[in-house]
Amino acid sequence: MNVANESVVGHAPHGAHGGHAHGGGHGATHKSYLIGFLLAIIMTAIPFALVMEHAVAGTPLVIAFFAIAQIVVHVTYFLHVNGSPEQRWNLTALLYTAVVVCIIIGGSLWIMYHLDLNMMPGMPHGRVP
Amino acid sequence: MSNGSVVVQGGSLALKPGYADHAADALRDLRQSGDAVDFEVEHHHDVASTIQLGFWIYLMSDCLLFSGLFATYAVLSGHTAGGPSGSQLFDLPSVLVETMFLLFSSFTCGLATLAMNANKARATVGWFAVTFLLGLGFLVMEVREFAHMVSIGAGPSHSAFLSSFFTLVATHGLHVTCGLIFMAVMMVAVLRKGLTDTNRARLNCLSLFWHFLDIIWVGVFSLVYLFGVVH
Repeated sequence: MNVANESVVGHAPHGAHGGHAHGGGHGATHKSYLIGFLLAIIMTAIPFALVMEHAVAGTPLVIAFFAIAQIVVHVTYFLHVNGSPEQRWNLTALLYTAVVVCIIIGGSLWIMYHLDLNMMPGMPHGRVP
Repeated sequence: MSNGSVVVQGGSLALKPGYADHAADALRDLRQSGDAVDFEVEHHHDVASTIQLGFWIYLMSDCLLFSGLFATYAVLSGHTAGGPSGSQLFDLPSVLVETMFLLFSSFTCGLATLAMNANKARATVGWFAVTFLLGLGFLVMEVREFAHMVSIGAGPSHSAFLSSFFTLVATHGLHVTCGLIFMAVMMVAVLRKGLTDTNRARLNCLSLFWHFLDIIWVGVFSLVYLFGVVH
């Protein structure tokens, strides 16, 4: 049963029971929160500065990259989800969700973009060159 | 579980000859398989783990709900119906302040979790109080932004872009509101009953929920505000 989920946040409710070394923290430390916090601030600041400076083509790609990187940082350092055996089901659920989210958002954009193109005013209905 | 094994042992006792020997064996087995306290600990541990996995599954389904709203926004963000676009409406510096409120609150929520692990009830409540205030600051800024947009005629009924914007961002704001209520209730619960097993399990769920909201906000900040101003 313990396989299900030792703990998501990296610690089990112990403490109240003396002499039992359960949980004990799979990485929920001051250090991990501080690293996550600093990385998140940097990853927020860089795309923000780029946008405020009205910088360069390619900014959307940079924004997308830092958004995804920051989500990974949050999951790793704040939620403490990792590949350890106790968290197998958490990780599985997370990866499954990520796949479905990609399909929903990417698929919607793909379909609607082509729908928009095909329904441009003045374009003959039916075949698209 | 301990009861179950005792019954099975008892059953075998009744069927077999050599009653006394078996009784001794049964007692030894019982001692070896762990005393009652150990069972209690395992039991609590299992329940807490199961609760957390269940809550995790809920968060993932919430994530799917948001993905639908994100997809809707991404598709409709260009459809301004002649009204104002994102780059005309969004005030990025104040959005950055909102983002920092949430990010700091995620950090202090982590510190509250650490205080809970160290069995410091007062520090736990204190850090959650700081988290609560930061979350409240975020919410106040968001409501002011909405009020300002509605007051200049850019309300949710104006265009498809604004409808999807308000739906997405307000759904996140609603989650933050629920998180704040959850947090207030838990602070009272810890002050009244201390860091009991039940309270610990719930606080773990609360911190998961709060960190999760910050992740959703990363998506909102990037997709809605930054992309909106770039385009």
